[in-house]
Amino acid sequence: MTYQPIRFYQTGTFTVGNRLLPDDQRSVQANMRRTNSLNSGHRACQGCGEALGARYAIDAAMEATNRQLVAANATGCLEVFSTPYPETSWQIPWIHSLFGNAAAVATGIAAAMRVKGRDDVRVVAQGGDGGTNDIGFGCLSGMFERNDDVLYICYDNEGYMNTGVQRSSATPPAARTNTTMPLGESAGNRFGQGKYLPAIAMAHDIPYVATATVAELHDLEAKVRRAMEFRGARYIHILVPCPLGWGHGSAETIKIARLAKETGLFPVLEAEGGKLTNVSKIKKKLPVEEYLRPQQRFAHLFRDPPRRDVIDRIQQMADRNILRYRLLEDVERRA
Amino acid sequence: MKTKPFAITLDPGSSLANRTGSWRTVRPEYIDRLPPCNHACPAGENIQGWLFHAESGHYEEAWRVLTQDNPLPAVMGRVCYHPCETACNRAQLDESVGINAIERFIGDEALRCRWKFAPPLSATGKRVLIVGAGPSGLSAAYQLARLGHAVAIREAGPAPGGMMRFGIPKYRLPRAVLDAEIQRILDLGVALELDSRVANVLDAMRRGGFDAVFLAVGAHIAKRAYIPAGSASKMLDAISVLRSMEGGERPLLGRRVVVYGGGNTAFDMARTAKRLGAEESIIIYRRTREKMPAHESELEEALQEGVLVKWLSTIRQAGESSITVEKMQLDARGNAQPTGEFETLEADSVVLALGQDVDLSLLDGVPGLEVQDGVAKVGLDMMTGHPGIFAGGDMIRGERTVTVGIGHGKLAARNIDAWLRGATWVHPASHEFASFDKLNTWYYSDAPKSRQPVLDTIRRQSTFEEVVGSFDEFTAQFEARRCLSCGNCFECDNCYGVCPDNAVIKLGPGQRYEFNYDYCKGCGLCVAECPCGAIRTVPEEI
Repeated sequence: MTYQPIRFYQTGTFTVGNRLLPDDQRSVQANMRRTNSLNSGHRACQGCGEALGARYAIDAAMEATNRQLVAANATGCLEVFSTPYPETSWQIPWIHSLFGNAAAVATGIAAAMRVKGRDDVRVVAQGGDGGTNDIGFGCLSGMFERNDDVLYICYDNEGYMNTGVQRSSATPPAARTNTTMPLGESAGNRFGQGKYLPAIAMAHDIPYVATATVAELHDLEAKVRRAMEFRGARYIHILVPCPLGWGHGSAETIKIARLAKETGLFPVLEAEGGKLTNVSKIKKKLPVEEYLRPQQRFAHLFRDPPRRDVIDRIQQMADRNILRYRLLEDVERRA
Repeated sequence: MKTKPFAITLDPGSSLANRTGSWRTVRPEYIDRLPPCNHACPAGENIQGWLFHAESGHYEEAWRVLTQDNPLPAVMGRVCYHPCETACNRAQLDESVGINAIERFIGDEALRCRWKFAPPLSATGKRVLIVGAGPSGLSAAYQLARLGHAVAIREAGPAPGGMMRFGIPKYRLPRAVLDAEIQRILDLGVALELDSRVANVLDAMRRGGFDAVFLAVGAHIAKRAYIPAGSASKMLDAISVLRSMEGGERPLLGRRVVVYGGGNTAFDMARTAKRLGAEESIIIYRRTREKMPAHESELEEALQEGVLVKWLSTIRQAGESSITVEKMQLDARGNAQPTGEFETLEADSVVLALGQDVDLSLLDGVPGLEVQDGVAKVGLDMMTGHPGIFAGGDMIRGERTVTVGIGHGKLAARNIDAWLRGATWVHPASHEFASFDKLNTWYYSDAPKSRQPVLDTIRRQSTFEEVVGSFDEFTAQFEARRCLSCGNCFECDNCYGVCPDNAVIKLGPGQRYEFNYDYCKGCGLCVAECPCGAIRTVPEEI
């Protein structure tokens, strides 16, 4: 366990801060002097999960590296909304090159730092699921395979959102995008085999792999901190709901991320050297319907008559995750 | 001109130039809402306010906030029926916060550490007479003394405390606690005259040179019911029996005691009878458990001690060593009706606990003063029809509990103070209510309610030792931290953390937060993720 909740304080430590906790147990985000790596004025939509997740992760990385950090960014929402020429929202050294080469650029920066003898400066590469799962996959796999000293962070909003919501290989089955319209028998994105990148990263046996959501800040920060304790290739996959592409209210971003975890659709886990070391247990198991229903991209499943068959198949995906990663306390006891 | 890289024509700029606040159609606003506990407290305590300090372990500050409204926390933490806990939002999550037990801990801590009330800064030169040293009179005396008025209490009885001393048994309220809390009020310079019955209010005001008077004489006359009784039967009233418990001689009730009535006094009486050695202590009540006026906790504790209750029964006749009981049934409108079925119960004595009336003789001949349904009539300002004469506690309309009495005393004191200055006291506007649906309870971790220790049943049946025990400091603090802080910011930093636009400014400990409307896009995440409902959304004027 990297993160032990403290139960005696009004709200546990689930809140961002807590006036009753000692300083070392408070989150980076609670600090009045946090870096605000991604500053105000960026052009992300209202309630953007990615903007939130990026600040959470990079602020934590800045804190963990004593503010000696360089970031390479893939093309995508995060890059477009934060740096319209000539403005930037980044308050850290930051570079953007191409859509598919963020991992390779970061590898280059890490090599340059090694040559200069600057082992205090750490390197982060970041991108969306398009830049990670699809377009930058080759560079990323190479970075893993060579065990380059880079932390790669994927902000997964399950589609190409900034170009107008197209399907990516991280888009879940049945979800509507502009390239997977809810028409015909298999409405929305079709059921494929899935491309679960955290498992692919684990298969490279790299020092550290973790998943997180924007709904659990303490967990997310603990994982970034832990990642910075390793040298070599590390991968963190953060689920960041997208109000625009998923079709939920801008105030519901965190709630949706929470539901993704509580239904079992998005396992929150940690692995070291390719071996699963820790999973966040589900607090209170919910049916997938609770997660699907508030999102417009799944609205076609709930028309008259509702697509029970499709909802059941998604439920089976969640149940399989719960079994595979032992997301429930009692599953572990039975096993 | 500085040389720029190839194809670059502009200097790098910050996105701060882009005021995204212009996107907003709704704006978040910080507000304070009225928590249910504060709303329900008859003494008007700022419960959430003092719990906040108790959570941090600052018990003296908690006590100072608490005693702004109630000078008797150690008493209140024992005898209050805590409507705050009934109203508590946490009850919908797991169990209500044990406010009453924490109040008792803070009250006891104050007595242990000998904390004193701050004396008034200056004297007003006004003199106020208070008739009756019960909870209401003491509360008013305390509030008036703190405002700098000279206060004199006249009490008809031999000791102060009213029903707290002569009605509530020792096993619920040890007298050392009562004495110490009363003494602390008197230490403010309040003059107390005992064994001093006021026969005529106007007379007493004139002779003492008082500018105003607060009447709080209580309700001490036991109500009677007509029960045909043989000459040898032993009929008593609960108020007299409980009062005599304060004297040296214990009342003789016999082995089988029957108590008639269903209020709190009936239960106090039956439990006292058990402790005095009665083998059987039976309560006869003409209606059902659901309809009894006594509080559920009194019933529970009485049953644990072996008190028996006969519901739907009335006493028709009392003989030398037995009584005749008639069974009742509820009619369609819920009223108890006789059935004609009788049974005989052995009883050495019958104690009536049918409610109390007020002795209003001291009001005879006061012009303008009205009496209605056996109680004095007062306005919203607690003043009777006679200018300068105020009244509260059991002698006016309302629920008759210590807590209500303390609330009356405080309210009367505020109005008396205003009246003496030629002004009118206006109740400050209430905040909107913090209902359960305003909370985001995901953030609160599970924490079961702490239990107070309870005395062994054997000792509860034979001694007058206090039944319910106190929390230790750890438990009191744990319990205080179960508070959800409904409707009021407790600085958890959630809004500061969850804003994707860094549009929340943290002002520092105790200073809360501010919105930076230059960049707030109005997404509403802070509103949705505020655990305690201290932010609301309002439409933006466009």
